[in-house]
Amino acid sequence: MSEAARGSGAAGARPRFRNIDIGQILQYRLPPAGIVSILHRVSGALLFLFGLPFLLYCLQLSLGPDAAFAKFKAMVAQPFVKVVFLGLIWAYLHHFCAGVRYLLLDLHVGTEKDQARTSSFAVLAVSLALTLVFALKLFGAF
Amino acid sequence: MTTKRIVVGAHYGLKDWLAQRITAVVLAVYTLVLGLAVLAGPPLAQASWKALFSGPFIRVLTVLAFVALAWHAWIGVRDIYMDYIKPTAVRLTLQVATIVLLFAYVIWAANILWSI
Repeated sequence: MSEAARGSGAAGARPRFRNIDIGQILQYRLPPAGIVSILHRVSGALLFLFGLPFLLYCLQLSLGPDAAFAKFKAMVAQPFVKVVFLGLIWAYLHHFCAGVRYLLLDLHVGTEKDQARTSSFAVLAVSLALTLVFALKLFGAF
Repeated sequence: MTTKRIVVGAHYGLKDWLAQRITAVVLAVYTLVLGLAVLAGPPLAQASWKALFSGPFIRVLTVLAFVALAWHAWIGVRDIYMDYIKPTAVRLTLQVATIVLLFAYVIWAANILWSI
């Protein structure tokens, strides 16, 4: 609520929201820790909905008989599948990095405001950088 | 202060919170071990990839990782339902469907590993 109130910027009566809708949520200006937090939830949901069945399907093909392995190689060679794969890789990496941050916060490591801000940027940067490495590998740069 | 306990709630204790963190550590360790095994081994080809999952030890370890994954996902997905799905009937239906799906995924994983 306070985020939305600050977002409106004008002096005068603070807007009071009872039932928050999507339009208001999209106007929120989240701090870095908030961005990491909502992306942790979004990436977790993506991994549950798409990542887990896709991972199992890939595992089944790649560990199956020769024909299944050939099917797996042909599937992963398609650009669309590579992009989906890369999206799920990002989701896993972000969820992993943000998860490590939360485990450390639970142990009271880095709970000071500026430290928590720095670690939020680190989570976003490290997961995106690692995603880039996987992207280069996936699209055959090395 | 009283707590209104509801049937589709979070079981009101430390257990789920702690289980989510323990399974997270298990999954992180498994990810790093598997990643290192892939990086340290020969360039991945069909034979070496299959060999990696052929020992009984790694198979049991991998199924345990999938159990941890299912447990971890259950707590996270349930938390999402609790935040956004308010009608009890809808939430309970989604929860049951999620549990069934996650059990099926673990069985599928074991089946894949013992079919190599």
